[in-house]
Amino acid sequence: MEILLFGIIREIVGKPRLSIPPQDQVHSVKMLKSWITERYPAVRGLPSIAIAVDYEFATDTDPLNSESEIAVIPPVSGG
Amino acid sequence: MANFLFMLVKIVDDIDLNEVYAALQNPSAGAVNLFVGTVRSHSNGKEVVRLEFESYDGMALQQMNHIAERAVEKWNLCQLVMVHARGGKVPGQPVVVVGVSSAHRHDSFSACRFLIDELKKTVPIWKKEFYEDTSSWINAHP
Repeated sequence: MEILLFGIIREIVGKPRLSIPPQDQVHSVKMLKSWITERYPAVRGLPSIAIAVDYEFATDTDPLNSESEIAVIPPVSGG
Repeated sequence: MANFLFMLVKIVDDIDLNEVYAALQNPSAGAVNLFVGTVRSHSNGKEVVRLEFESYDGMALQQMNHIAERAVEKWNLCQLVMVHARGGKVPGQPVVVVGVSSAHRHDSFSACRFLIDELKKTVPIWKKEFYEDTSSWINAHP
């Protein structure tokens, strides 16, 4: 499963996308947030992170699959 | 909503204020409100040399369109624009423009404020400030 990264999270991880292997069993938004914070503890220092699925904000219980476009959204600061 | 004709929603490298103002022209309109957000030269006591805006373009456009559609439902508007810049910007340059035209000023003032307030909350665009010696991502919302 491919995950797009932006802003400060892209810098913390050091690349613009992550590949999550199927054996890691990441099947929900909540599992993805845990997967990221376990491997990149600096993410815990952010006020929040959101996950987007196909351009919409997802909730923790939403399922994930590799056909969707999935992105990690750190706190926004446009405008 | 009856006389609503046109929405211009996009993300660009450089904002053209003349294009945005032209997009708000409508013979039914008696009011045009245009908000222009620009780069401040100071932030948190430091001198800002430049900014970089990073955008998740596809999602940002979808979220901007959702906000625009909500504004069209809430107020009686003629034309609507939402344009955000990406890439490097220096103090004084415009980075975001939202605007509407409407028959009367109440709708255009209210809708214009709604567009910029909601854009700042949910649209996936990120600002990095560069100072003389350091830089910092801005975590504005939440």
